[in-house]
Amino acid sequence: MIAFQDVYKKYSGHDALVDVSFRISPKEFVSLVGRSGAGKSTVIKMLIGEERPTSGRITFGKYDVVKLQPKELPQLRRHIGTIFQDFRLLPTKTAYENVSFALEVAGQPEKEIETLVPEVLDLVGLSDKANNFMNELSGGEKQRVAIARAMVNRPEVVVADEPTGNLDPFNTMEIINLLKKINELGTTIILATHNKDIVNHLARRVITMENGRIIRDEENGRYSLA
Amino acid sequence: MATTIYRIIKNALSHLVRQRLLFGATLVVMVMTLFAFGSLIVGNHVLTSALDSIQNKIDISVYFKTTTPEDQILAMQQTLEQMSEVKNVQYISKDQALQNFEQQHANDPTISQALTELGSNPLSASLNIKANNPNNYQDIANYLNSTSVNSMIENVSYNQNQLVIQRLAAILNISREAGIILTIVLALAATLIAFNTLLIGIYSNREEVEIMRLVGASNAFIRGPYVIEGVIYGIIAALISLAILAPVIYFTSPYMQVFIPGFDLWGYFTADLFLLFIYEAAFGSVIGIISSMIALRRYLKK
Repeated sequence: MIAFQDVYKKYSGHDALVDVSFRISPKEFVSLVGRSGAGKSTVIKMLIGEERPTSGRITFGKYDVVKLQPKELPQLRRHIGTIFQDFRLLPTKTAYENVSFALEVAGQPEKEIETLVPEVLDLVGLSDKANNFMNELSGGEKQRVAIARAMVNRPEVVVADEPTGNLDPFNTMEIINLLKKINELGTTIILATHNKDIVNHLARRVITMENGRIIRDEENGRYSLA
Repeated sequence: MATTIYRIIKNALSHLVRQRLLFGATLVVMVMTLFAFGSLIVGNHVLTSALDSIQNKIDISVYFKTTTPEDQILAMQQTLEQMSEVKNVQYISKDQALQNFEQQHANDPTISQALTELGSNPLSASLNIKANNPNNYQDIANYLNSTSVNSMIENVSYNQNQLVIQRLAAILNISREAGIILTIVLALAATLIAFNTLLIGIYSNREEVEIMRLVGASNAFIRGPYVIEGVIYGIIAALISLAILAPVIYFTSPYMQVFIPGFDLWGYFTADLFLLFIYEAAFGSVIGIISSMIALRRYLKK
């Protein structure tokens, strides 16, 4: 479903990605691990078309991501739910509105929005905070709003870039459990993290990166940078 | 499509309400800009009216020899009226001149007595000529001083007033040009200030724009609310600025009438109020729309 073929990315002066190739099948749960600057975020940015590779090919389902015109990117992004360390929620909207916004931009009818959003907020345990603004929520709650937003469109893939980087251990496990739940419902998950405990707890496929290269790709992998 | 437009408008309105501080600050700048813009339109009208009124006072009078027959004078009036430089020509017959003279000196018994004693009408018939442009008086005077018609003419007032008319014409020209330049410069300054304020407002929302892109919002969906906000700023600021301008004009209107007789500023303002509103709202909206286009172009390129 997702394929990176010989992807190479050069920023001014240094190589961010070198010969990155991998495939991800539907319903997989893949952890992308590595130190800061290893290239995890660059891989994610390329998948959602936020950055273009210097060379190489990236495909997502029917989309040839590198060849997409800027105006075609919104279509691609509606198939991918994204979760970030800094939440990236709209501060002038409530939790409910942040989630419904993803459906609004996809042109979903109001009726469907009115049923789906409460369901998803319930799933992430935020039914009682639906009308709160972002500055009224804790870090863990914000990340759960972000997860609700990422999955409300029923995307094929959810990519999470260090989603637990700003959270305490308790909230971290909550978020990981939510991601597992979403995966069990049939959604592919790509999780970029440098949290050893999470990776070892998951015991799923692990792609390890170092200096822009993939140095290991194992089913049932463990966190190891040595 | 209708749903998308509804959502864009809904997003614009809730965005404005929830960013009250930014909305208020931007609105104040827009009101000041449109107030300046409205004042410039009205001020320009005042200046033009004042200059027109001064220009209207300039004319040349041609006094004919008492021996010149009336039909020759009327023929000359026709010739003058056909000249492109001439706006209008008024014929004042000998009798009319006497009547005017008597009216002007009705309270002066010595003059009326002198006239009675004289027995005949000593005044000349004359033509009052107004030019389209004060600069044209020289050409008209040249024609009147030419030998073909000169024999009928006793006196051309331009010959005495030449210097004053020329200076006045120069002052009028400079005033009009200065008025236009000042209007352009002030309008430009006001526009740039409003423009910058809106740009900064959108710039402060750049993260929001990024987030909208990430969840797959199309460019139109992101830009839409900002365009609507621009139009809302334009309309509200136009209403407020006119509400401020109205009392200013109402109270200054009587004073204007002293300077420019017959000039009714309040009448002009009320008659053209709707048009003024349309101008201001359109001006404000266009600034809003263009600034949102420019500001978002950077963020929507990717």
